[in-house]
Amino acid sequence: MTKDKKSLTNLTITEARDGLAKGDYSSVDLTEAHIKAIESGRDLNAFITETPELALERAKASDERRASGEAASGMDGIPIAVKDLFCTEDVQTTAGSHILGGFIPPYESTVTQNLRDAGAVMLGKTNMDEFAMGSANITSYHGEVKNPWELDDGKTRVPGGSSGGSAAAVSGHLAIAATGSDTGGSIRQPASFTGIVGMKPTYGRCSRWGMVAFASSLDQAGPMTRSVQDAAIMLQSMVSHDKKDSTSVDQPIPNFEAALTGDIKGLRVGIPAEYRLDGMPGEIETLWSQGIEWLKAAGAEPVEISLPHTKYALPTYYIVAPAEASSNLARYDGVRYGLRVEGDSLDEMYENTRGEGFGPEVRRRIMIGTYVLSAGYYDAYYVKAMKLRTLILQEFQKAFESVDVMLTPTAPSAAFALGEKMDNPVQMYLNDVFTVPASLAGLPAISVPAGLSDDGLPLGLHLITKPFDEETLFRVGGVLEEAADFTAQPSFLGGQS
Amino acid sequence: MDKATVNNIAKLARIKVSEAETESLAGELTNIFDWIEQLSEVDTDNVEPMTSVTDMVMPAREDKVNDGADAERVLKNAPDLPANGQNFFTVPKVIE
Repeated sequence: MTKDKKSLTNLTITEARDGLAKGDYSSVDLTEAHIKAIESGRDLNAFITETPELALERAKASDERRASGEAASGMDGIPIAVKDLFCTEDVQTTAGSHILGGFIPPYESTVTQNLRDAGAVMLGKTNMDEFAMGSANITSYHGEVKNPWELDDGKTRVPGGSSGGSAAAVSGHLAIAATGSDTGGSIRQPASFTGIVGMKPTYGRCSRWGMVAFASSLDQAGPMTRSVQDAAIMLQSMVSHDKKDSTSVDQPIPNFEAALTGDIKGLRVGIPAEYRLDGMPGEIETLWSQGIEWLKAAGAEPVEISLPHTKYALPTYYIVAPAEASSNLARYDGVRYGLRVEGDSLDEMYENTRGEGFGPEVRRRIMIGTYVLSAGYYDAYYVKAMKLRTLILQEFQKAFESVDVMLTPTAPSAAFALGEKMDNPVQMYLNDVFTVPASLAGLPAISVPAGLSDDGLPLGLHLITKPFDEETLFRVGGVLEEAADFTAQPSFLGGQS
Repeated sequence: MDKATVNNIAKLARIKVSEAETESLAGELTNIFDWIEQLSEVDTDNVEPMTSVTDMVMPAREDKVNDGADAERVLKNAPDLPANGQNFFTVPKVIE
């Protein structure tokens, strides 16, 4: 019994897993439905590279595994999208940059290899801010991504960034789920802007091997899905201890899905006073209060806490991340792969290649990083920032002595219109004000869609837990999701016409 | 941050920047560093700079070759490969 193709793009991973197990439809059915949805949603510009043939090949292999009774995991046969920052064997990987145009990795990143081994079916590579630097998905060489959520004012909303293509694809039902990567909020902020779940695990849970590096001490892969349970299922197939990444941790991996018990009685929920910003929109404040009430109604105990260095997290981040980026991006020199723009000398070739190959935001951040690492400024900026990072980490550690989880808003606003906040870089950076502190401290965090703005755009709430306590994160996230009962749909849904 | 500083950073970063862009970058970077300047309010005299978020010992592996000898794959994405089919990266002439 095959369901009609339309409904096959409305499923969560959890539902599709059950449907596949029962034989209601095949992975090929699911994959074909999503390939059609992607075609119908090209206007969103969510994908840089579509891989329909590869997807059907893998879907067929999944169906054969299942027929012989050997489904690899809960992800087997599930069509997903992959952010174009994960190297994928024989499939172009650009990280949204001109400088990596035409780059076809001969190897597969550990995270996408793990997903392949689990049987997931890759539909294509999603658009993103260039080298993951951005909060609106407007810095990609491959053009801006549109948020599937629109209002009737005729303006296009940004999907957030940097994982904007993945967010738009999942929100607009072009893929059941997608991988993202988060350096300062690049999974969670776009999840909030598009009404989906976005989760960043503890630093070190996912191997960074084969991910195009932005800021190595912060970069972490994570799932972007349409439910908290889906995020738990997908994360299970992404994490691993990997010898190829020396910062990947050798920690026991719990069953994340089993953590979703719905029972948060007696849990202490920290509400950090410093996240109550001056001039924060009333709708964000209201949603946050509502979130506190929901968790309280479920038996948790809200506790006012203080994280005094919160306001310094963002400027600290804008030293640390560009510094690491300037080192990481030194490899793009036009010699071994990617774009080469000729010059009369080797230095001139470097300068021409990098001048033309990097977009304005990437050039700006490399220059910030080069400056803060340069002789005479290293102590004043970089060492100072690493000291601030210690203070921010210690502050979280102390707070987690008295609470189990923290609840904050994900972003200081709903999705803004394309063209807004674009004149002043600092204004754009403020998008990540609530997500950056957890990144600097390497903590796991999740954004759960929790309500709509006064205009009718999605808003997320953000939870943070102790390192390696993803189980509490999912448990509380599940309760929050159920209480919020977020059922609103974007104005565009793939494959629905 | 003046234009000379911007030009110097661009040189260090090996990025070609146009004259017009130097002007706007000087303004933008000044704006960003003015905002970053607030960190000087915080007394960090007795604070250790962070080296890692997780308390872990850097793992070591056996000092043994475990990969390589695969010139074809290494060169797969290289621009301007030598016409004679040899396994080299190419660059503009460095020594006259």
